[in-house]
Amino acid sequence: MMKEYQLIVVGGGPAGLAAACKAYESGLRDILIIERDKEAGGILNQCIHNGFGLHYFKEELTGPEYAGRFIDSVRETSAEVLLDTMVLQVTEGDGGVKLVHCVGAKDGYQILRAKTVVLSMGCRERTRGAIGIPGARPAGVFTAGAAQRYLNMEGYMVGRRVVILGSGDIGLIMARRMTLEGAKVLACVEVMPYSGGLTRNIVQCLEDYGIPLYLSHTIVDVVGRERVERVVVAKVDENRRPIPGTEMTFDCDTILLSVGLIPENELTRGAGITMDPRTNGAVVYENMETSLPGVFACGNVVHVHDLVDFVTQESQRAGAAAARHVLEGAADAEGAISVETGGAVGYTVPQKIRVGNLPGKTCDLFFRVRRIFGDSVIRVTAENGEVIAQYPREHMAPGEMEHIMLPKVRLEKAGGKITVSAEEKEENAQ
Amino acid sequence: MYDCIIIGCGIIGAAAAYELSKYRLNVAVLEKGNDVAMGTTRANSAIIHAGYDPEPGTVMARLNVEGNRLAAELAGKLDIPYKAVGSLVLAFDETDLGTIQHLYENGVANGVPDIRLLSAEETLAMEPHLSREVKGALYAPSAGIVSPWEYALALAETAVRNGVELHLDSDVTAIEALPEGGWRLATSSGVYEAKAVINAAGVHSDAVHNLAVKPDFKIIPNRGEYYLLDKSEGTRVSHVIFQCPSAVGKGVLVSPTIHGNLIVGPNAEDVGDGDNTACTASGLEFVMNTARRSVPDINFRDSIRNFAGVRAVSDQPDFIIQEAAPRFIDLAGIKSPGLSAAPAIAIEAAGMLEKSGIALEKKDSFIDERRRVRFSELTPEEKNELIKENPLYGRVICRCETVTEGEIVAALHTPIPPRSVDGVKRRVNAGMGRCQGGFCGPRVVEILSREGKVPPTEVLQDGVGTNLLTGETKMGGRE
Repeated sequence: MMKEYQLIVVGGGPAGLAAACKAYESGLRDILIIERDKEAGGILNQCIHNGFGLHYFKEELTGPEYAGRFIDSVRETSAEVLLDTMVLQVTEGDGGVKLVHCVGAKDGYQILRAKTVVLSMGCRERTRGAIGIPGARPAGVFTAGAAQRYLNMEGYMVGRRVVILGSGDIGLIMARRMTLEGAKVLACVEVMPYSGGLTRNIVQCLEDYGIPLYLSHTIVDVVGRERVERVVVAKVDENRRPIPGTEMTFDCDTILLSVGLIPENELTRGAGITMDPRTNGAVVYENMETSLPGVFACGNVVHVHDLVDFVTQESQRAGAAAARHVLEGAADAEGAISVETGGAVGYTVPQKIRVGNLPGKTCDLFFRVRRIFGDSVIRVTAENGEVIAQYPREHMAPGEMEHIMLPKVRLEKAGGKITVSAEEKEENAQ
Repeated sequence: MYDCIIIGCGIIGAAAAYELSKYRLNVAVLEKGNDVAMGTTRANSAIIHAGYDPEPGTVMARLNVEGNRLAAELAGKLDIPYKAVGSLVLAFDETDLGTIQHLYENGVANGVPDIRLLSAEETLAMEPHLSREVKGALYAPSAGIVSPWEYALALAETAVRNGVELHLDSDVTAIEALPEGGWRLATSSGVYEAKAVINAAGVHSDAVHNLAVKPDFKIIPNRGEYYLLDKSEGTRVSHVIFQCPSAVGKGVLVSPTIHGNLIVGPNAEDVGDGDNTACTASGLEFVMNTARRSVPDINFRDSIRNFAGVRAVSDQPDFIIQEAAPRFIDLAGIKSPGLSAAPAIAIEAAGMLEKSGIALEKKDSFIDERRRVRFSELTPEEKNELIKENPLYGRVICRCETVTEGEIVAALHTPIPPRSVDGVKRRVNAGMGRCQGGFCGPRVVEILSREGKVPPTEVLQDGVGTNLLTGETKMGGRE
């Protein structure tokens, strides 16, 4: 019989590396990380700017440095890393064993066996087709991440005069990067009335370089036969429909798209795991376990994070839980509390909490709000309507992930469901 | 002096080239683009129509039904992605029921096999996601879905294997009748002479005609816009779903594609410029709203691409298949069902050549097969065997469509190798998936650069002038 791993981690980016390290630390020895690229580190390898690790390492690292620390940590474990190998399918075999079907140049097509699997495939960028930008389809339209790869990994420029659509963090980072490389970034255009990225990136990547940010604007036409020649930008109304007469034309040869990230869950769906349409990721329990016992998910494949530091922490929980699953047996799935959302809270992770399975005194809960909040309060209510926890916030924005820690003692008495909502304080006072 | 020069290598030119390559003829194809299938052929509904739309007695009617039969045959021989999934024309009211009755009668008269009318219940049983407003439908099991660019490519490749010369980047700028008979063509790649010319220039076929002969028809380019949706929507319907045709065309359809996606479109708009393939907000909105009348719950959030193609509609009601001058044959105004009729049109053209005095003698050794590796469709054992032979098949480049480096490199060694990232996409599907080349684009650029021995800055997205990269960064990737 073929070797059975205790854990196979699908994806060797920051999430997979942290999960593998933590699983080793928690007692697992037969661990395999499968990475489709030629080296581990994932998207961090092309994020050559700094600002990573402020929370987790309390110092400022570049993306490759942050990834490097975890690559080094993995080397100190017994975990194997299989590079240049793509997982095509995850299925379940007899007795709950997980079968990981993968293909690589070195080992060909193989089906590997594991007691547990951590899914950490990350996310992909939304494309032009997903948001239906009208106009011609010349060369020169790139997603920001693809452009980042060309610049930072391959050493090539993607254009000289640039308009950025969307104010996601990668787009903002690329505005600065292109400027430093001598390109002229004419504008960053955001359809929403607020930015989708971190405030620090608005300041450090746009404002510091005098790049205008047009909120509530979008691209209404792309002109150019071979290469982009110009774009037409217009203001949008509250329903995000362009307002005629507000058009501005920018002569540019390049459009970068930073219009959102989509967790890459084709494997997850293929395995029949329950998905959350709000996150486009798997529905997970408090320990990052999916609806398929023994299969865990963490990082951007579950929900898109703002900072890698939080990916690391989440992935450590997944790694520890996988180890616990192998060494102590499956978690008792009974009595899970379902977490519902209200008041402009877009989603939560986890979506389900098994209070009895919580290793500590609290349960970490992450979410994003769907609009800008000023002085406000996050409220968690029990099934009977009783408020079981409140968290004040001075400011919340869709671009930044919120984190609360729910006390286990309160969850024990919460009933079958809790609701997480956010409200502005002025509203309460009335 | 060639026996015949074909102008244009879309589906019609490619089919003509394939047909003529069966004979002992010296044939060249002049294509102004840097690849085959660069016009209407690569941006259309990708349907092989059954043949009930054209009025009986028209050239369109005869060639559509024959072309449908030939397409199924060619697909098997030349490894063209094709499936006869059948089509439904939906009726929503009494007028529509009258229309589908008329179409049914057309179909019977045109010789469409197994065509029949369905009740609302039968229709909904076949397609549960259809609108409950459906009152009945016309069902034609012989309608099919195809990869139109691979269809053209397979025909052109086979023609080249059988000795046809394909000259890309060859825009015909002047045509002159030679005093001793035959034609001289001036192009952007040089001067060519031939005893006969076939004009298959698509949306530009009137302009090409007018270079040689006095004008007698006009192309009125008509644009259609589309949505292509993720494979997660690819099973929303399992047949080609039409609404009743109107004066402007066959209306907005919803159909699975042969690649597993869902295609929705087109609208119909005269655009003047045959190369204007831009999408518009209003056009896409019309397509979305009209399609929802057939299939209300299409999830347009899963759109992965919008595109538009231009139909070579002419001012004549029928296809223009004529010997406009001695040995100058127009295959023009090939609107829908042109893709469906293509191989039959080609046989028609060969017959006209023969009548004009060009002898058609069959070759003894005509290669009439073509195969390519489609890694994702192989069994695990086949995959393993292939990787053992060539490890490049173990390296997945396009993760959305599971396309390997082996397939891309193999495409670069076919008779018509791709010259661009989109050329690779049309041959092996890399970049056709949900991330639209976001991940594999840079890797395909690297392979094209390496195999073509050109710097990455010379790698094209698509046609000439569509360079992706504008230069090196300050450090040029050096550490």
